[in-house]
Parts: sequence; C-alpha cells; structure tokens
Amino acid sequence: MSMNAQLRWRKFVSNFMLTMTGVCAAVSVAVLFFILGYLVYHGGASINWDFFTKLPAPVGEAGGGMANAILGSAKLLLLATLFGVPIGFFGAIYLAEFSGSKVAFVVRYAADLLNGVPSIVIGIFAYSVAVHPFKHFSTFAGGFALGVMMIPITLRSTEEFLLGVPRTLREGAMALGASKWKTISTVIVPAAYRGILTAILLAFARVAGETAPLLFTALGNRYWSNGWNEPTSSLPVMIYNYALSPFEDWHRQAWAAGLVLLTLILIINIIARAILSRGISVPRS
Amino acid sequence: MASTSTTVPSAGPVVGSRSFLARLRDGDEIARLITFLFAASVVFITLLIVYELWQGSVLPRHKFGFAFFRTTVWDPNADNFGALPFIFGTLVTSALALLIAVPLGIGAAIFLAELAPARLSDTLEFFIDLLAAVPSVIYGLLGIFIVVPVMRDVVQPALKNTLGFLPIFKGPAFGIGFLTAGIVLAIMVIPYIISVSREILLSVPRDQREAALALGSTRWESTWKVVVPFARTGIMGSIFLALARALGETMAVTMVIGNTPSIAMSLFSPGDSIASVIANQFTEATGELYTQSLIELGLVLFILTFILNGLARVLILVTSQRGSAHA
Repeated sequence: MSMNAQLRWRKFVSNFMLTMTGVCAAVSVAVLFFILGYLVYHGGASINWDFFTKLPAPVGEAGGGMANAILGSAKLLLLATLFGVPIGFFGAIYLAEFSGSKVAFVVRYAADLLNGVPSIVIGIFAYSVAVHPFKHFSTFAGGFALGVMMIPITLRSTEEFLLGVPRTLREGAMALGASKWKTISTVIVPAAYRGILTAILLAFARVAGETAPLLFTALGNRYWSNGWNEPTSSLPVMIYNYALSPFEDWHRQAWAAGLVLLTLILIINIIARAILSRGISVPRS
Repeated sequence: MASTSTTVPSAGPVVGSRSFLARLRDGDEIARLITFLFAASVVFITLLIVYELWQGSVLPRHKFGFAFFRTTVWDPNADNFGALPFIFGTLVTSALALLIAVPLGIGAAIFLAELAPARLSDTLEFFIDLLAAVPSVIYGLLGIFIVVPVMRDVVQPALKNTLGFLPIFKGPAFGIGFLTAGIVLAIMVIPYIISVSREILLSVPRDQREAALALGSTRWESTWKVVVPFARTGIMGSIFLALARALGETMAVTMVIGNTPSIAMSLFSPGDSIASVIANQFTEATGELYTQSLIELGLVLFILTFILNGLARVLILVTSQRGSAHA
C-alpha cells in the first residue's frame, strides 16, 4: 500500500514538474506575442503618412514625423554593411580556405571576443577613433560602430557555411585544373551563397536596432543630415529620446517608430531563415 | 570516406609543386594575401579596442588607482570619481535578472528538449530566436510604459504588504529602480538561456535517458536526475552567456533604472549601472578626467564580459563534446 502511494506520489511529481516546464515555455514565448501585440496596438494607431514624410515638429508641438530618422538609419546601415560585410566575408574565406590552424585560431578568438563586447563599449571605441580625432559627431562614425558589430557575426557564420560545402565539390574543381581562387569564386562561394546571405541578413538585423553605439557617434539630429560628415538622426535613438521625453505626442511617435523598427527586424529575420531552410542543408556543427 | 583519403595525398603534391609564379598568375597568392588582410583586420580591430580603452583611461587609473572601484562619490564638479554605485547597480540588476531568468529559461529548455514533439519544439525555438532579435530599445520602451506602471501600482505595493518586513522591499514605490531593471533584463536574457540550454540538452545521448527509464524512474526523474546533471556544465555556460549579456546591456536598463547613483538595501530604490552612466553622461562629459573615468568604466565592462564569455564558451564546448563522444 505504501509502495503504491509512493509510486503515485512520484508520478504526481513527474506530471506536475513536466507541466511546469510547459508553463515556462509558454510564458517565455508569450512575451514575444505580448510585445508584438502591444506595439501593433499602440504603434499602429500612431502611424500615419506624416510619420514617414515629415521632419520632427519643434519641441512641444504636436505632429511631425521621423523621415530624417528613417533616412538616417538607412544611411547608417548602408555604411555598416559596406564596412562590416567585406571584412567578415573575405576574412571567412581566408579562415575556411587559406589559413593554417594557428592563424585561424587567433582570428576566430578575436571574432568571438569582438562578438561579446557590449555595444556601449563599441560606442566608446568608435568615439575614440572616429569622433574624437575629428572633433565632431558624424554619420560615418555611427556607421563604423555598427559595421564593427557586423564583422564577427558575418565572419563566423560565413566560415561555417563555407566549411559545410562538400569536399567532393572542391576536389572536382581542382581535378579539372582550376586554381584555388577559381575554385573558391566559382564553386565554393556559389554553393554556400544561401548560407552566406542568411549570415549577412542576420548581422544586418542585429545592428539595425542598436542604439547604444549611436549615442555618441551619430548622435542625433532634428533636421536632415547634410552629408555623411554630419550627425544624423536614427530610428533607435529617436525611440530612446522620445520615450524619455515628457510629451504625449512624442510617446505616440516612439510607439510608431518601435513598430516600424521591430517589423523591419522581424521580417529580415524571417526572410533569412526562409532562405536558409530552402537551400542546401549545411549541417550545423 | 575511402575516396577522400586516397585523393587528398595525390592532390597535395600537385598543388604544392606549382611554382610561386604560377600560383601568382592564377591569382591564388593575391587572393590569399587579400583575404589575409581582411582576416587580420579583425584581430587588429579587437586589439585596437583594448588599446583605446586602456589608453583612454590613463588619467583616472593613475589618479585613483583601485580607489576608483571602492569609493562611492561621483562628483564631476569636484573631479572626484568613484565607481562603486555603478558596479553595485550592474551586479544587483544582473543577479536579479538571473534569479528570475534561470529557473524560467531552464524549465522552458527542458520542455523544448525533452517533452515537446520535434515540430512544436522547432516552432517554439523559432519564436524564441525572434525574441532574441528584438532590439533592447524596444524592451526599454515597453519597460517604461508597461513594466514601470505595473511595478509602481501593483507589484511593489503587494510586495510591501506581504514581505515589507524585509529590508530589500522597503521604501517608496517609484516603479523605476533596481527591481524593475532586473525584471526587464530577465525578460531579455531568457531567450539566450533557452536556446543554448536546449541545444545542450538535445546533445545528451539517448541511452542516458533510456537507462534511467529502464531502471524504473519516472520521466521527470530521468530528466532531473540524469539528463540535467549530464548537461550541467553546458547549462552553466548558457547562464554565464546570459550574465555577460545582462552586465553589458545598456538601453533597456538606462530607461528603467532611474539613473541615480546609489547603493541601497531596498530593491525599490532608483539606481544606476555601469552601462547606463556611460550612455547618459558620455556626450555631456566635460574635461579629460570625466571622459576618461567613463572610459575606464567601459574597460571594466569589457574585462567582465571578456571573462564571462570565455568561461561560457569553454563550458558549452566541454559538454557538447562529452555528449557527442558518447553518442
């Protein structure tokens, strides 16, 4: 009888605890839908044509939009991609195809270290090398900061996908007499292009919402930015400033900006994953 | 397998025997050199970060030495900088975040790895990945407008009424402060704990589970007493990873912590953290010593996350290798 009771107790504990793990999972995932729902609810009501076409209204006045911040974010991300992706991409080719194991270890280690550096520290770094020497904040400095953050993500995943290309493809090209470079550029990279594209998109999405590295590099701007050497506004920094402001109307616009930014980032993430899942399946190590 | 081992030795000498000039003509040497420069620039940038942080914090390091970490007065007007309140804030909020996120995250990971059918598990993991992609400024936005009011009007009064005798739940309920920052941080780091722990749990060999079940243990007992201990080191790794994220997190914390340097027993008290003070004061900092003190805080953050990330990587690697060696 007591044996039976004990077994019943153990079974009860088992079922209870397993249910609890389900609750944990449900709660964690629910956060995503809560965030989405709240942003759509608050942001959706605030989005209008002005938001995309107008400059911010003068302090205290209602209305206006974030056209300059949208363009600013686009410029910053363009610079970041131009700076970060080539380094990540070609660096990965070196690691996967040319380097010895010692050099590869050092580069990988540096990339992992770089990946773990808090974004605010990247901001300090970009300030030290791209703002301080020139004595002014600029779009360039902001793009540089974001670009540095794109390097390790692009590098490590691109390398993984290059190494995932089957050996037989490589040998086939070599056997036909292709040089190593020819093999890489016409066989290996095309074979891994879906993976590489995914890596770049994910790196892009990751920095698109970064705020901290922009605070003291691109700074912010209530007007159009006159060229790449001037400070520029950006969506994440606008959200930060507007959310902390005392004005109702700015809060409304912060929600709208949040919705636009999050939608962009989630769509890029989903596209990236869709590209990968339909392409060649490269086993993740 | 046999074909690769026979072709490799024969391919090797042929490539090696071509003259340097031939390889140069084919573009191989140029390609190697160019890609090497890109790879080397990664190392260069990383070293440059260390150099800039070190070089940029010369003044306060010489002036204050270790007192920088022990003193509590942060007074830019008197050129007196003590970082203890910020270190305190960073540690307290991160510890709170882990306290909440670890049980929840590991529970969810157990569900995803052990219980959920593969299809459901992958779908949920997809959502968790999306959650990890949400930018921190969005968490901050929701923090200010949702978490802070809820904390001020519901949670903090409730805690005060029930556990108010504890010194950590004393004082006025502002909504902002250590506790709120800890909760927002917890929400942010949960996805990291879930993703990594799930991978680790999935790498535990099947025979471990089957042996436990064959010996008559319930499903929970096999999970909790066999699978989880097997994956313990890797799960620790995921926690360190989450801790490194929490320590360096800037925007969400800055938006809800209150930005008042203080060392208080009460978790309701507004505070400040290393990352927040840098975000708030860096552009306004006048004078070399002020700016450099903030850079030294950045250096502290860099070193902390460097150590934690390193530890996390080792732990995760050790466990996944143990798992695959068994399988």
